[in-house]
Amino acid sequence: MYDLIIIRYGEIGLKGDNINDFISQLVSNIKRATGDLGDFEISTIYGRIFLYAESNKIEKIVDRLINVPGIISLSPAQRFRIGKKVADFNEQDFEKLKSKVVQLFKAEVRNYPTTFKVETTRADKSFPMESPELNRELGAEILREIEGPDSPLSVDVHQPEHLFEVEIRRGKIYLFIRREAGPGGLPVKSSGKALLLLSGGIDSPVAGWLGLKRGLSLSAVYFNSPPYTSERAKEKVIDLAKVLSRYGGEIKLQIPYFTEIQQEILKKSPRRYTVTIMRRMMIRIGNRLAAMNNELALVTGESLGQVASQTLEGLRSSDEVAEFPVLRPLITMDKNDIISLAKRVGTYEISIRPHEDCCTIFVPDNPATQPKLDTIHFGEEDLEIEKLIDRAIEKMEVITINEGAE
Amino acid sequence: MEKEIYLDNAATTKALPEVTAAVVDALENNYANPSSLHRFGLKSEKILKNSRKTIADYLGVRSEEIIFTSGGTESNNLAIRGITEAYKNRGRHLITSPIEHSSVAELFKALEKEGWQVDRVKVDQKGQVDLDHLKSLISEETILISIMQVNNEMGTIQPLKKIAEIIKEKNPLSFFHVDGVQAFGKIYSNLGEWPVDLYSISGHKIHGPKGIGALYIKKGIDLKPLIYGGGQERNLRSGTENIPAIAGFREAVRKLPQLTAEENTDQKMAELRHYLFNSFKKIKAVEINSPESGAPHIINFSIPGIKGETMLHALESQGIYISTGSACSSKKKGSRIINACGLSAARSESALRVSLNRNITKTDLDYFVETLKEQIDFLKLF
Repeated sequence: MYDLIIIRYGEIGLKGDNINDFISQLVSNIKRATGDLGDFEISTIYGRIFLYAESNKIEKIVDRLINVPGIISLSPAQRFRIGKKVADFNEQDFEKLKSKVVQLFKAEVRNYPTTFKVETTRADKSFPMESPELNRELGAEILREIEGPDSPLSVDVHQPEHLFEVEIRRGKIYLFIRREAGPGGLPVKSSGKALLLLSGGIDSPVAGWLGLKRGLSLSAVYFNSPPYTSERAKEKVIDLAKVLSRYGGEIKLQIPYFTEIQQEILKKSPRRYTVTIMRRMMIRIGNRLAAMNNELALVTGESLGQVASQTLEGLRSSDEVAEFPVLRPLITMDKNDIISLAKRVGTYEISIRPHEDCCTIFVPDNPATQPKLDTIHFGEEDLEIEKLIDRAIEKMEVITINEGAE
Repeated sequence: MEKEIYLDNAATTKALPEVTAAVVDALENNYANPSSLHRFGLKSEKILKNSRKTIADYLGVRSEEIIFTSGGTESNNLAIRGITEAYKNRGRHLITSPIEHSSVAELFKALEKEGWQVDRVKVDQKGQVDLDHLKSLISEETILISIMQVNNEMGTIQPLKKIAEIIKEKNPLSFFHVDGVQAFGKIYSNLGEWPVDLYSISGHKIHGPKGIGALYIKKGIDLKPLIYGGGQERNLRSGTENIPAIAGFREAVRKLPQLTAEENTDQKMAELRHYLFNSFKKIKAVEINSPESGAPHIINFSIPGIKGETMLHALESQGIYISTGSACSSKKKGSRIINACGLSAARSESALRVSLNRNITKTDLDYFVETLKEQIDFLKLF
């Protein structure tokens, strides 16, 4: 039924001189997000992006594009070709157009009673009929064709439940009735590079995705603690990174060997402070990696008060050792909202697989919720911090993850 | 080659070469449908018949009392659901134990929701059923008692004959189902003579193929089927027979040791277990949960202070494959079965299961024990 998708972008329209860079970045991101589905023709015209595809692939592409940062909304659409000259549009053509309109309406509108309105944009002024006339005629046709006691349908010009849009541009008429919201934001890679602290949980992949949505490009670090954590926990993180990579392009996943650090902390630090100190070690490793990768920020999935280590005191203790800004996109979000986002992004099903990561295994029964800096400093005294980090990075595994085309 | 010492044989086993050959032969040469009328179909029917007979002989029962299923889970479901559906007018009371396999435990939970009254007989710390309690639970309303012969996590053996006699003495009309999946081929059962009505077995626990099992149904018992269709397996289990797996199952049963009332356990396996049991006793950190006189392939033990899963992964890195009590989620702490036996949380969370087969050597077990000691030293921090 459909043969193209009309993609609208938002904020990047504000970027003045750089607009072309932004658009070409967005186009390349769209290609990547749909690469495994096929190589589709894409054109950028009329302040929008048109993606042409076979009708049986349209829905799959839509599912991908609604998560591509920079896209405000999109509409699967049908293209109606008018013969050689628009001015020649005749009675016969109009009959064909009407039947296409009705067909599309019937296919998309299934629940009655409902209301609708036809809205025409006539960019090509050589088209012989004017917009109000087209709206009226097409609306009447829809009403005529769809009736019966079970399907009361009426026109509502102010707040229709369905807006049927007709756009006439350069010899073509585009028909569409659906508008799917995209995530908005900026195209990935338009805001610089950052390091994501990725665990197997629900939160950190969503934080990563929100970072991508503001135009970041990401590398990721996962703290691996065999045998406290399993192969499968690592597999889970790789799968999460793959999902992010679908939106964000190549992701370098760095997997330092964290076991020794955890054992040292458990041996030498106060029991209630193990998690706090572990978080600080993670941030310190993050500092090193970000510097190595020329990244300018760390991204974490922390949400205020969600767990014992995510109190203000806990965050302060992490930030004390951070050498880069720590971005926390989820900081004020509720768990339920994070879960809905995770479902939308496609990470939720992976995150809930039952393999524990290093955080859940190491949580003491009674962790400090208000860690004091001087106690932390005291608790870290016996740790050979720099040497431990050296060794964790020496034994680091690096996996390059690249889902999609290019 | 990297070391591979597989000590998770209660989860599943490696198929014997004879089993693989029989499966391949059936797939390649005897692929006809046993229900087909041509001669080719007859060849498949013969495989079916022979296999049924081999299994029946091994259990000391008649061929027509054996029904092939897709495995232990289906056998358990068919037995329990088949009885409750067919005999619901006789009474509404069921008895089971708290340490059954999930294919029994979950089904009883579902039956409870459907309005059945379900009692669970008490077990002691080793998972041994309290016979007096069992006796007190059985009433005229009781139509089915389902108790496993060997527990899959602890290896505890229930006195099957005794239980069966108690049941029939208290209520001769009630049915007795036994999940024999872990016992089959390892513990002697004389189903022909003991008053056991239904007995579930599985192929892949005895080096046979996966996806094949059987249910013994004592002659004269009517079950209501779970699956309807072409009427195969005496109308009790419709669906084209899985001839390749059935052929493989037969080979696996042929390789089982012949057990008798006197030699009632797999001696070769029992000796290996005894050897390992004694090695465990010498490790201070290890607490053995299994009874000394348990099934010949299972030892359950704990190392309090080290999470079961952590040790599992530590051993895995050395090429040793064992199991935790059961796959535990972070929310439900420890194993359901170990908890039901009333062991402490520390012991339950750190529970591990080693399960043997006949081909493991003492050298393998020595390597395992040495590695376990090393890993305890590496992981034990407090």
